[in-house]
Amino acid sequence: MAEEKKVIIKNKTGLHARPAAQFVQKAGKFDSKIEIVFEEKKVNAKSIMGVMSLGVGKGNEILLRADGEDAEEALKELEEFITVEMPKEDEEE
Amino acid sequence: MKGIAASPGIAIGKALVKREKDIKISKDKISEDKINDEIEKLHTALKKAKSELKTIRDNTAEKMGEEKAEIFDAHLMILDDPELIPAFENKIKEDKLSSSAAVKEVIDQYASMFAAMEDEYLKERGTDIKDVGKRIIKILLGREDIAEKLDEEVIIIAEDLTPSDTAQLDTSKVLAFLTRDGSRTSHTAIMARSLGIPAVVGLGDKLMNKNVDDAVLIVDGNSGNVYFDPDEATMKKYEQKLADYEAEQERLAAYKDKKAKTKDGEEVEIAGNMGNFADLDPVLERGGEGIGLFRTEFLYMDRDEMPSEEEQFEVYRKVAEKMGDYPVVIRTLDIGGDKELPYLDLPHEMNPFLGYRAVRMCLDRPDIFKPQLRAILRASKYGNLKMMFPMISSLEELNKVKNMLNEVKSELNNEKIEYNKDIEVGIMIEIPAAVMIADLLAKEVDFFSIGTNDLIQYTVAVDRTNEKIAEMHTPYHPAVLRLIKKTIDEGHKAGIWVGMCGEAAGDELLLPFLLGAGLDEFSMSAVSILKIKELLEKWTRKEAEKEMESILKLKTAAEVKEYLEKIN
Repeated sequence: MAEEKKVIIKNKTGLHARPAAQFVQKAGKFDSKIEIVFEEKKVNAKSIMGVMSLGVGKGNEILLRADGEDAEEALKELEEFITVEMPKEDEEE
Repeated sequence: MKGIAASPGIAIGKALVKREKDIKISKDKISEDKINDEIEKLHTALKKAKSELKTIRDNTAEKMGEEKAEIFDAHLMILDDPELIPAFENKIKEDKLSSSAAVKEVIDQYASMFAAMEDEYLKERGTDIKDVGKRIIKILLGREDIAEKLDEEVIIIAEDLTPSDTAQLDTSKVLAFLTRDGSRTSHTAIMARSLGIPAVVGLGDKLMNKNVDDAVLIVDGNSGNVYFDPDEATMKKYEQKLADYEAEQERLAAYKDKKAKTKDGEEVEIAGNMGNFADLDPVLERGGEGIGLFRTEFLYMDRDEMPSEEEQFEVYRKVAEKMGDYPVVIRTLDIGGDKELPYLDLPHEMNPFLGYRAVRMCLDRPDIFKPQLRAILRASKYGNLKMMFPMISSLEELNKVKNMLNEVKSELNNEKIEYNKDIEVGIMIEIPAAVMIADLLAKEVDFFSIGTNDLIQYTVAVDRTNEKIAEMHTPYHPAVLRLIKKTIDEGHKAGIWVGMCGEAAGDELLLPFLLGAGLDEFSMSAVSILKIKELLEKWTRKEAEKEMESILKLKTAAEVKEYLEKIN
């Protein structure tokens, strides 16, 4: 089943540097095919180079798309990572 | 050939050139039946690259700390990228390229995409991708890394060495470093001194053009002289020097456990300078009795975001605990000038050494400065920490810095967090303006520490990273000596102690002058400690004071140097 979810990036650094690496590692745990769509570009969410090349910054909206057995679970966990975990790291600064 | 003497010692041996050349790769199409072979070759190379990187990663973590090892984690992640391998394979299958040409094309594509980005961080990732590509291609072409080739002791020749280069070297096999670029304060120089390996840097283009195959080289890290295939007389002379040097090292070993004392038994504080935790042991092994300069910039460098208060606290606490009663002077962030932080995104300046750096920037950025002040204060109860502010040029600036420190202290008080309320607070004296108002500044602080590298640069108007005028960057200039003397005098008049943490503190010739001028604390690179301890025994303060007075009457740097050589 293909699932989609729109997510807004809230943390300071956006989806690069360390957060991107952690995001890719998380995405890699799922069997589903996962993609990020941003400004007409579509990349593999399990590819560090793909994710970083999007240049997603704070305040940007991205579309997460997952296709596979664990699609629903994957989107839920990745959304939580982006909206809860990533901004948390900002606070620790 | 003569360059800048960057790390003392003498080496005689063969050279190995580390050359950054563009590797030529054929783009000829391969035949259909070779495709599977090339793909198999590719996979073997990827596997090898991965295991190489893992080894480098672990070695770096062990030698230089986890933080420095993270760069190689990033490399490993690139290798693991699920997009990368299919991209390589496609180039081989569809475009009929050889494995190395396929890797090069894909890597170049990604690298140029990243290089074109505006974000500084992403730009740098382009370099990482290229590095990974180079590694795979090297393996495919059967070229060996310099690290693996070190099966005998060699002198390393390179354009310049980066932290990742040195991380890959088996430094126990390195006799000396020679580099085309660099100055006494560049990475190669600092690293060589902390490893105790002789180095001559800034040798210029002629270094790379030399044919060194089978040549025997002599490197004199004390004078900066380098000889290629020397004549017999020179060889004899240096073999003697090397023997003397080794004998000296043996003699100096006796000073490891000796207290630093003058001829008449006055104890003098000899401390070491440090950047990261690994620098502590070399200082303690040589009997250094404290850290006179802890450069905290290194905590902020080679990474993609600010170190948090917690992370800094852990490092400062570890250092404080390890040093016990010995004092540790922590210098707050001195960034700008030749040290940049990509994640701060500060605009490029025409004149960075005269620009927005150190406390000038920190005062505008409490979000950066306060966490550091908090971390130092919190760590202060675990040892004998002192706090030092760099680049102070006026009383207003000092007052602002102290206000911010007081704000942080009352925050901690409110939060009921313990710290040493009597922590000593001092400033670096490295700007001539600060020397001229040292009497005013001294009333506001607990100590001065003279930073000679910058003090010379600002006094003589010599960019210390400019190799062409490197010779003008000398502590023997009479103006510099007078400024040092004035700083010590004004400090003592106000009843505070005065130390020195610049390179000049470990300058063997300058010791009698500094001792005579009344310097209280000498903080230097670990390698200089034993020699300075030995020299200290030759003098009493009184004798040194007399020499100091004569030296202050001399008119030129050359006269000063000549005089110092005579009395030493």
